[in-house]
Amino acid sequence: MSEFVQYLVNGFAQGSIYALIALGYTMVYGILKLINFAHGEFYMIGGFVGAFLLAKFGLPFWLVLILVMPIVGGLAVLVERIAYRPLRNAPRIAPLITAIGISIMLLEAMRLIAGAQPRAFPQPFEDVIYEVGEWIPSLDGVIVQRSQMMIFGIAIALMLVLNAIVMKTKIGRAMRALSMDFDASRLMGVAIDRVVAFTFLLGAGLAGAGGVLVGMYYNQIEPYMGQLAGLKAFTAAVLGGIGVIPGAVIGSFILSISEALVVGYSESSYRDAIAFAILIVVLMFRPWGILGKPERIKV
Amino acid sequence: MNYVLQITQLLGINIILAASLNVINGYCGLFSIGHAGFFAVGAYTSAAASVLWFPGLAASHPDLALLLVVGVGALSAALAGLVIGVPCLRLTGDYLAIATVGFGEIIRIVLLNLESVGASRGFPGIPLLTGARLPLWILFFTALSLLAMHRLIRSSTGRAIISVREDEIAAQSMGIDVRFYKIFAFVLGAFFAGLAGALFAHYSQFLHPSNFTFMNSVMILLMIVVGGLGSQIGAVLGAIVVTLLPEVLRFNETLSGIRMLIFGAIMVLVVLIKPQGLMGLFHRRKKVGVTAV
Repeated sequence: MSEFVQYLVNGFAQGSIYALIALGYTMVYGILKLINFAHGEFYMIGGFVGAFLLAKFGLPFWLVLILVMPIVGGLAVLVERIAYRPLRNAPRIAPLITAIGISIMLLEAMRLIAGAQPRAFPQPFEDVIYEVGEWIPSLDGVIVQRSQMMIFGIAIALMLVLNAIVMKTKIGRAMRALSMDFDASRLMGVAIDRVVAFTFLLGAGLAGAGGVLVGMYYNQIEPYMGQLAGLKAFTAAVLGGIGVIPGAVIGSFILSISEALVVGYSESSYRDAIAFAILIVVLMFRPWGILGKPERIKV
Repeated sequence: MNYVLQITQLLGINIILAASLNVINGYCGLFSIGHAGFFAVGAYTSAAASVLWFPGLAASHPDLALLLVVGVGALSAALAGLVIGVPCLRLTGDYLAIATVGFGEIIRIVLLNLESVGASRGFPGIPLLTGARLPLWILFFTALSLLAMHRLIRSSTGRAIISVREDEIAAQSMGIDVRFYKIFAFVLGAFFAGLAGALFAHYSQFLHPSNFTFMNSVMILLMIVVGGLGSQIGAVLGAIVVTLLPEVLRFNETLSGIRMLIFGAIMVLVVLIKPQGLMGLFHRRKKVGVTAV
């Protein structure tokens, strides 16, 4: 019992991070129908920018988190301007190819700047370990780290902010309009380019925050961390229903908890295969995911 | 001289790889980015054939053994292509792309855990079959593969494959079995990727799952994007550029360090500026490149 609960706790912490990345995928896909293959790199860059700000300037953690988001988001806006916007009317594989190219460029640039070896992430504060068994005797042996609670809390707070932006503000309404019908929104006078740029800013900002949180959690960052995390977060987005914002969150928690359980109860070396197995099964049988709706192909 | 010979062999293998992905991505318009997976299946099964299954034949009749293991590698990759293709090809566009990435990664992770082929330690001790004659064999297989794919694309089967790329619905209404030709192109591409894998296994004599990552799939994609999707000469040119560029850059330390950055930039710039790739420089009327797909 306590073993199982422990895996759940670990799964929820990891799932919060997947969710922060998956939200960006799903928002961009919802609006542009583009898989932003470079998205995982924004998460990685967020981790490095956060480490730099912490180590170089000794800024407090909350300030680092707030600063990283616009920095990484701004980079994403730049990428969109250079590599995706000119291809908006091109065949759909064209931006897919540039996205892969951009992903390599960001990864390599960071590898050249910071080196290929994993780096220690400066610890903003001492991690505290809470024994759950002290309060609930039946859960003896379960531990919850303070960093895990912070990740979960910050991720939920950011998602609530995102939800408020998308549902309550004018630009949020424009984003929803674009995802419903891109061309009709343009005809109705929505400033397409600005809304798309804002979407990239939001999505990459969240991924950047995820990078900082994961650095704090695992004490370690490396240039290659964005690739696998990006693919997994994409899986989570597809699982929940790509283009559907709550779906990305649900998909992330399902994925991370399945991973935690498989690692706990069987072969940990197959951990990374789970995400892809889930991905393929979902794509085969329910490509619109848990919360999405099937799309009809029209002639 | 030895160095040139090494690079030439690798070049031949990469040309087969690029041409085989071109059948899938370029001619059939299926966006697959898990090609390193089929390369891996071909490489590992052919290596298993010559080390574990037929070591006697490999020692006594190397030429015959090479033909046999290349066949084993190509057929096993084709089988993997069939198993993956039948369910995957119900998907289109970017969903298909992601599914192929998923399968490519699963193949790599399985190899990473498969004890009989060395798991994470790698697969050592693959014989250099036919010894000094191997470069000739690689040359022979490169030419044969290119010729076979060329003849096929020029046949009615090839035209059917291209028609699927041009307009699925129109092709279907002309009586073309779209699903069959998609699977056919996919299996064909996998077959030649497996053939390239078999040659690679016996050329390098050592295999490791890290030779077959997503990045390797991306490099094969880069070859055909640079050359011009849907052009066989383009695939050959792209393979030459992508294989030789790191070798040219090797003489300059800074440039050599940033070669992956250069590859990434090439990928972006080709699509933005010259979507027809290198082939677009030669003939303008023919439909090649990213815009053709």
